[in-house]
Amino acid sequence: MSFMQKLMEGHEGGLRHETMTPLQKIAMRFVVIGLLYYGLASLEGMLMRAWEIKPLPFIDETHFFSIMTVHPMVGIFGSSYMIVFGAFLFLVSYLMKKPIYSIKMANLSWMTIAGGTLIMWLAGFLFSYAPLYTLYWPLPVDMEQFSAIGGIVYIVGVVGIMIGTFLFTYNVFKTILYTPEGWEKQPSGDLLKSALGLEGLLNFFRREKKEHLVPLPIAAISRGTIDMGLNAIVISSAGVLILIYMVGTVFGAELKGTWVDALLYKNIFWWGLDLIADGLVLIFVAGTWYLLAMIISGKDLFMQNIARAALFVEMVVSWTVWSHHLMSDQGQSNTLKVLSGEVVTAFELVTQGIAVFITLVTLYRARPLKMTNELKFLLGGILGFMLAVPAGIIQADLGMNRILHNTQWVIGTHVHVAILVGLTMTLYSAIYTLFPILTNGAKLYSQKLADIHFWLHLIGGIGMGAFMGMAGMDGMLRRAIYTNGEYNTYMILAGICGMMIMVAFVIFLYNIIMSIGIKGLIGIYKPAVIDTREPLPAEKES
Amino acid sequence: MADSIDVLFTLKVVYTIYVIIAISLIGWFATRVTRAGSAKGPKPAIFYTYIGVLVVLGTGLHFLTYNLVPWVPIDLNRDKLETHKMYHYTFKDHKIIPKEHPVYVECGKKVVFDVVSEDLTYGFGIFRQNNSMVTQMQVVPGSRNDLMWEFHKNGTYYIRSTEYSGPKGAQMILEDAIVVRGCDEDDHHAMKEGGRG
Repeated sequence: MSFMQKLMEGHEGGLRHETMTPLQKIAMRFVVIGLLYYGLASLEGMLMRAWEIKPLPFIDETHFFSIMTVHPMVGIFGSSYMIVFGAFLFLVSYLMKKPIYSIKMANLSWMTIAGGTLIMWLAGFLFSYAPLYTLYWPLPVDMEQFSAIGGIVYIVGVVGIMIGTFLFTYNVFKTILYTPEGWEKQPSGDLLKSALGLEGLLNFFRREKKEHLVPLPIAAISRGTIDMGLNAIVISSAGVLILIYMVGTVFGAELKGTWVDALLYKNIFWWGLDLIADGLVLIFVAGTWYLLAMIISGKDLFMQNIARAALFVEMVVSWTVWSHHLMSDQGQSNTLKVLSGEVVTAFELVTQGIAVFITLVTLYRARPLKMTNELKFLLGGILGFMLAVPAGIIQADLGMNRILHNTQWVIGTHVHVAILVGLTMTLYSAIYTLFPILTNGAKLYSQKLADIHFWLHLIGGIGMGAFMGMAGMDGMLRRAIYTNGEYNTYMILAGICGMMIMVAFVIFLYNIIMSIGIKGLIGIYKPAVIDTREPLPAEKES
Repeated sequence: MADSIDVLFTLKVVYTIYVIIAISLIGWFATRVTRAGSAKGPKPAIFYTYIGVLVVLGTGLHFLTYNLVPWVPIDLNRDKLETHKMYHYTFKDHKIIPKEHPVYVECGKKVVFDVVSEDLTYGFGIFRQNNSMVTQMQVVPGSRNDLMWEFHKNGTYYIRSTEYSGPKGAQMILEDAIVVRGCDEDDHHAMKEGGRG
């Protein structure tokens, strides 16, 4: 078979999209767009890495910061949210052995998030809107630096993403709780209690333990989804607030300086953002590790009750942890800094530590295991969080925060290692696990390319975080410009590592496209031939 | 007395050792998990000991820094501490406007940097000539932004906004803003000869 034929048809017949159920297609639609947005975020990251070494002539300072503004939004919402939503919509139905509540809602969900991300990105690309994702008041409504139209476009994009998020949240809970046509009435109250972890918590105090109605990964998805919904409310509210000011400016009413207390706003905003950063990311990741460990090992999870309880604790922690972002704010009370900022944050070490322990023991008890792509990427993901979570605990200390806040340490050693190594490698593991299930058995084109992808990504991710962290410890700020080559050694090394991550992604994408073929890829976006809300085709289920 | 250079050097060493241990552990695990062996899990006591260690490490860090990092007790007890002198700065239109420039700070005295923002959220960072950070705080409009600090080494420091306030604020710097004198020891990274690195 010629290269072109293989590219079009895929490896060993590629992806036969006509055999896919609507839900399989939807999951793949989410994942494919999520991967494309990952590529965009990766390219943006590399542009910034190169700019940090030497300012690029075709990107001025304003546009540099508009890239910095959209980069995390594209990475988190356009990529991670999309991949996670696609996988979880499929898994909720698959693991509950139940048809999804609404195919239409699931389709609408990927469209609004993909579209919203594109619109939000255009606000940066076309209008250089650059208040960063933190949106510290009153920067997003500073019309001396940004245009109102840029702000409006940005917020419209964010609203699109949030609508998609609400639809996902509703669809997930409805699928868990509803009674499909022709089924016996489902105990929705008990299902909800089990999904939220209340049953698991009560089991701690019961002599006779009650059986869990939902599998553990579903409990993790449910708890993370609660945080996701709450976060969407906070971000949407901030969006509406900003929109009011923007529209006011367009109509000549200058509202800047009225209404909003910057510190209170910052508290509320970080409370909402931490539901993602310290809530659903950690909860979803732990849930995904548990699921992957069970699939890879073929065994039940070790200490399942503890795992369920830890997920519940993590959810409560995520509601009370935000103050570690305000440890350098002198107006913030010391009580909040110590209790929420230091003590509660420290419990993330415990909850994440529990997830690491349980996952590793579950795998270890199933020895000997084959070092598959699923397993090696899972171990990479675990390592990422083992490195990034303690880095976060360190900066959430009153003493350390004074000298680390807003430095490259925070964004390198903590954030990028958590996202690029911890989260992304976990997602790659999930993709490798779900790939044969979603494609009804399509074969991977090249194992050698998968191995190269793994090592380049792992070394590049840890290396980039390390060099950024070292620059941070030497005083390099995360949201500033250095034009005299002050940190060039670190930045060149971080740039080389960043390039490794990008090359790894290109290799991965090539491998996947060669596996499923261009025809299969296009077929994912064609309407499904099979009319069902079940996750798998009938013959596969039987 | 420890300064940010000492604390960050310790962090660099400790964290690097930790990273090596974590990578080795996962490497060891990856090798072992592919070999045949017992399917027994660890005893519950091991698990609970591990949790105990995590709790101790997570919270112990804060006790450690409270006792070893000199600015932590100052931050937490500053209501009870007497201010030797106060220095005022205004941040406006992406400019750092000092009331006096430079300020001369006496060694070992508790001084307060009081900063007001008249428009956006900024940051107030004190840096050495080699660009390493001495300390910082956020500068939020409409909020109290005052930082108590005690210097123990002679040097000349510059102030830089540590928070993003839009593209115009990317390089908000006030050179030679703070001169510390009267100490027995010099801050070698903050001495003016040769200028900033």
